Amino acid sequence: IQCLPLLVTAQVDLVLVLVSLLSLWTRLSRLSYPSSVVFDEVYYGQFVSLYMKRVFFIDDSGPPLGHMILALGAYLGGFDGNFVWNRIGAEYPCSVSVASLRLLPALCGALCVPLAYLLTLELRFSHLSALGAALLLLLENSLIVQSRFMLLESLLIFFVLLAFFSYLRFHNAPSRSWSGSGWLLLSGVSCAAAVGVKYTGLFSYLLLLGVASVHTWNLIGDRAVSHCVSKVLCLLVVPVLLYVFWFYIHLSVLHRSGPHDQLMSSAFQASLQATTHTDSPGSGDHSCLPSGCLCFRQELVVDTPPRPIRHGDVIQLVHGMTSRFLNSHDVAAPMSPHAQEVSGYIDFNVSMAAQNLWRVDIYNREAESEVWKTIVSEVRLVHLNTSAILKLSGVALPDWGFRQLEVVAEKLQKGHSSSLGWTVEEHRYGTSQEQKEREAELHSPTHIDVDRKISFWSKFTELQWKMLSVKQEESEHKYSSAPLEWLTMETNIAYWLHASTNAQIHLIGNPVSWGVASLSLLAYQLLATVYTLRRRRGLKDLSDGAWQRFVSLGFVCVGGWMMNFLPFLLMDKTLFLYHYLPALCYLYVLSPALLEHIRTLRSALCVCTAAVLVAILLSYWNFCPLTYGRPELSANQLQALKWRDSWDILYRRR
Amino acid sequence: MAKEECISQWHKARDTSTVRNRKVFPSPEQTHQSLIAPASNSNKQGDDAPSSNGSSADLSARRRVDPSNKLLLMVVTGLSFATRLYNITEPPHVCWDETHFGKMGSYYINRTFFFDVHPPLGKMLIALAGYTTGYDGTFPFVKPGDKYEHHNYWGMRGFCAVLGSFLPVFAYLIVQELSRSATAAAITATLLLFDTGCITISQYILLDPILMFFIMAAVLSMVKFNQQSYRPFTASWWLWLVLCGAGLAGALGVKFVGLFVILLVGLNTVGDLWRILGDLSLSLMDIAKHFLARVVGLILLPLFLYVTIFAVHFVLLNKSGPGDGFFSSTFQSRLIGNNLYNASMPEYLAYGSSITVKNLRIAGGYLHSHWHLYPEGVGAKQQQVTAYLHKDHNNVWLVRKPDNETQSGTPDLVRHGDVIRLEHKETTRNLHSHLHQAPLTKKHFQVTGYGINGTGDTNDLWQVEVCGGRKGDLVKVLRSKVRFLHKATGCVLYSSGKTLPKWGWEQVEVTCSPYMKETPSSQWNIEDHVNPRLPNISISLLKPNFLEILLESHIVMIRGNSGLKPKDNEMNSKPWHWPINYQGLRFSGVNETEYRVYLLGNPVVWWINLASLGLYLLMVAASSLVIHRGIALQQKRLEDSGVLRGGGGLLLLGWLLHYLPFYVMGRVLYYHHYFPAMLFSSMLTGVTLDILLRNADLLLCQPYSDWLQRGGQMVLLFTVLYSFYLFHPLSYGMTGPLAHDPSSAMAGLKWMDSWEF
Repeated sequence: IQCLPLLVTAQVDLVLVLVSLLSLWTRLSRLSYPSSVVFDEVYYGQFVSLYMKRVFFIDDSGPPLGHMILALGAYLGGFDGNFVWNRIGAEYPCSVSVASLRLLPALCGALCVPLAYLLTLELRFSHLSALGAALLLLLENSLIVQSRFMLLESLLIFFVLLAFFSYLRFHNAPSRSWSGSGWLLLSGVSCAAAVGVKYTGLFSYLLLLGVASVHTWNLIGDRAVSHCVSKVLCLLVVPVLLYVFWFYIHLSVLHRSGPHDQLMSSAFQASLQATTHTDSPGSGDHSCLPSGCLCFRQELVVDTPPRPIRHGDVIQLVHGMTSRFLNSHDVAAPMSPHAQEVSGYIDFNVSMAAQNLWRVDIYNREAESEVWKTIVSEVRLVHLNTSAILKLSGVALPDWGFRQLEVVAEKLQKGHSSSLGWTVEEHRYGTSQEQKEREAELHSPTHIDVDRKISFWSKFTELQWKMLSVKQEESEHKYSSAPLEWLTMETNIAYWLHASTNAQIHLIGNPVSWGVASLSLLAYQLLATVYTLRRRRGLKDLSDGAWQRFVSLGFVCVGGWMMNFLPFLLMDKTLFLYHYLPALCYLYVLSPALLEHIRTLRSALCVCTAAVLVAILLSYWNFCPLTYGRPELSANQLQALKWRDSWDILYRRR
Repeated sequence: MAKEECISQWHKARDTSTVRNRKVFPSPEQTHQSLIAPASNSNKQGDDAPSSNGSSADLSARRRVDPSNKLLLMVVTGLSFATRLYNITEPPHVCWDETHFGKMGSYYINRTFFFDVHPPLGKMLIALAGYTTGYDGTFPFVKPGDKYEHHNYWGMRGFCAVLGSFLPVFAYLIVQELSRSATAAAITATLLLFDTGCITISQYILLDPILMFFIMAAVLSMVKFNQQSYRPFTASWWLWLVLCGAGLAGALGVKFVGLFVILLVGLNTVGDLWRILGDLSLSLMDIAKHFLARVVGLILLPLFLYVTIFAVHFVLLNKSGPGDGFFSSTFQSRLIGNNLYNASMPEYLAYGSSITVKNLRIAGGYLHSHWHLYPEGVGAKQQQVTAYLHKDHNNVWLVRKPDNETQSGTPDLVRHGDVIRLEHKETTRNLHSHLHQAPLTKKHFQVTGYGINGTGDTNDLWQVEVCGGRKGDLVKVLRSKVRFLHKATGCVLYSSGKTLPKWGWEQVEVTCSPYMKETPSSQWNIEDHVNPRLPNISISLLKPNFLEILLESHIVMIRGNSGLKPKDNEMNSKPWHWPINYQGLRFSGVNETEYRVYLLGNPVVWWINLASLGLYLLMVAASSLVIHRGIALQQKRLEDSGVLRGGGGLLLLGWLLHYLPFYVMGRVLYYHHYFPAMLFSSMLTGVTLDILLRNADLLLCQPYSDWLQRGGQMVLLFTVLYSFYLFHPLSYGMTGPLAHDPSSAMAGLKWMDSWEF
């Protein structure tokens, strides 16, 4: 009865709304310019196309969620996947809706700004600091550039900020409220999303887990255990399940076979729906495919009547195209001299007789069957004369071997190793003895259809393992840089150059805010050292509340910077400036909060702050032509923008 | 404040507990001579009462020497020397890395300069041991398996074995100091005494026993020093501080792995200073004194000793040898026998001279070319130009004028601003650059050898620029810093310091850099200068400053270390292999007829260590949680938990610091890198198992729990002894058939397929 005057009160933080609008404007305006492929779009684009065509692929650079979000944007824009992403600067045809391809990353990038605002508030700093953090993010040229194209960093940063914001929301909420649990769940979900976009999201996830476990440890002394259970559930179980779920979507969407099939096991390939198989050109002179499958066709020497091969049988293997027998001698292999060479035997009348008998050893016969089954059976081939085992050495042959992988026979029986096991992938029973007929038969497409479902889990583990273990040749890129160069923005990355004019887009941060960020990092560490030492001597400069705030600011922001920067120092990969952006965002949250903390010299500080803000705005304005790729600048103007000698800015000679 | 009281109380409590524990829980070895009757068990509850309020801290009791304890220590020492020195001269041939370290010992005795990736102390000590026992430095140590014959090698092996014998003793003392329990110390010593791996690695001419000796010495001194904290600035306090510093210097002086123990001591010291800082009864002045004392003892002293080691190294090695090319021209000029020693050559660079050009970055190498071409896909398929660290006839270049004219009479001198060609003497190709990406540094241009018999194109022209010079200045040999500017593209000849892949013979990349900043990488000096038509003038180089030499040799060492990349075909060891004892190292012999020694830890010991690590974490987690939840515990359990977290934590930290860094190392790794970490792991096992057994009364009631405890200790002892009996041939040598043969002595012991014996 008493609640009858039904009132709705709504509070709108106008500053937040304003900042969000500005952010949307800076990130989303004229998204379809330039309408050509910009930098890494060439890389992610191919995956988007493959998603549209439902063709299976492996990308060892990261988990699939990021690609799927990009693909979602393309799907909403009606992209059909028919565009060849072959070089940076290629024009998109009219049929491709460029803005829709770039919309989702740009939207996430824009939302980072209000999130930074909210995160600062959750760290219990004032609205003014929150505004400062939002402005720093808003006017950061590098973040704008990275958001406006079909790239993954803005998604990553968005999910990371969301995870921290919602976790702190949960932590600050009164206990045992349902909305609190909702925030915790959201935090877990965004952690899973961050890790799902890029593996570097793991750094922030670990930090969040660290913060959460410190909080839990403080609570566990006097609270009931149920509190921890919900945390474990939301921050550990949910992210792991979701991470697997991304793969589930990935694998169920991509059901057609494609160019990366050979990297996977035969059983995995069998689960992919074959696209219409056209004969691969020039396959005649290769006896081995790059993935390391051995394409010898086996034939029984005595083949009347045909009977299945069993464990322990002795067989010969004849290469279908060349009719040579798989042979091995006690001669050093070309790349692995400790092992025996394996060859197709040619009778050169040298003193080496053919040794081409192999014993079949089906080592998963307990699980499967004694009979050698296509795809299912995993077989070791033991050379009868030398009792060496046929093995994939894993070393690539030089040019004369077409860079394919070397096959050897090795005596050492060092337990089980997957490089010793072979499976039959294609199997047909031919009767022709004539070489010509046999060749014709082999060129015709396969007819077997083994409809063997392998479970999602084995597909997932195989794919995950392949993604982590596939190593590609890492070489230096023209725009790659070392982590220590990021602190001072030693290098930039040229993203795009107009085909005929000087209009260009660069990944260059706002130098003023960049400097502010680095300075605030130093200042925090200095202050923290002084405070801790003085507190230890019993001199409390800060009240307990202020000290708590200061510490948690450090945990989240400085900790976030460290977790997102230090691991790169140890990495052996090709790194780019954009890898630093997540770490930078933490510093942008840190700077204004720190300023609020040291407000003792208020009047002088206000002037300085204002001056810095103006400088940031000016330098943002200054670099806008390189951020948005317009207006076009003259060579002299470009020269003036080259603030550091080490920056590469391109001039078109006319 | 309250916390401080707790800590000091805990310290005192620990002291009394030692005495009590010794009475109640004699270790298996001392049961037969224990003077205290089991009746003292009944005193236990009574003992607890006074110690719980921390008032009865009798420091004198701690210094009262327990005779049985002393005896135990003597037994450990005796066994340790016996196991390490037994069969020391077998096999009488070069084993494994003896080929390196023995050879380097010989270099010291012959005073020949060489280069190695490790600091010199270990090899100097080996040389000293060899020298004093009559080894004359004449054995060549060419490859493993070479017979020593009449050469005196036992001295060097014996020296390493003696240092290795100290490891169980040190471990015993450290654990005793940390846990105040002779049982824990005895368990640790047993594990280490009967570990075949520790025995094997101590018995040969290697750096590892020396390194581990210094590591353990430093840790022991650190622990002793911590124990002295209640009476700072006394003589014994200073003694342990200084000894710790000396140990650190020694460890770092043997191998850079010594950095890990420095980190351990550093962290411990930070913790210590933190404790002192919180002690409000001390004035800031006192704290400053504490701080300065540690700076002196743990930073300045080790630094001084370390530098001294290098000084001795450079004074000792004064003859030219295989390591010259790694160092700068000025450095080489002080080595007797080097061509730059009292060098005499034409003073100014002239046309027609044969020269070698050395990059000025530290260990930059000589400008080098050879007949091999860049492979397909790496820029243009022209002849490779690299930087090479060794002296070689392929480093020689001829200075030519752009037009191919030859002149008679006195040759013209090259001046600042002149345009020249550099012709490679061996292959007659010109130094050439063009707008192709360099092989590794993609921002730079490729440098190749081009043309034939000196005829090329305009891309072969380079402008000489003397740094800090003006137009017309002459180029001084050895002393001028020269840059070569490519005329056509405007880039500058540059050595990136990156190692080329196999096709480039793992030499260093040379590029042409479009960035004009003056760095040592783009500066070169003319080292050898031969021109028969000019008079030779004696050139005295500036004597290099000692600090410069020190810095230079360190950069060379660090680069050498990171250059030890795993080879493609080699089976390389991964860090996760080590704690599970996955695969050992062949020290000597492969097949049946040979005398085989195989470095492999006693699997029983290693697996006990591994299990104890897990056990330790569980026990710490459980006890911390219980204490944090505020559940009341007996005093005895609180003390045990304190030992677990204090002493155990220190040992765990030591293990982590000596193990985890290997995961991020790019260089090639071997099984023996784990041994320092294994020492820490064994000590942690001692502490963990002792506390586990002591708390057997959580499970069983009074008399049975004591039986369980004693039984556990006995089982442990005999398991380790029996496994040592089984595996001892690994260390002391095996002959006859390999283990898979039933007639072998090791038949049935190949528990893992990856073991190769």
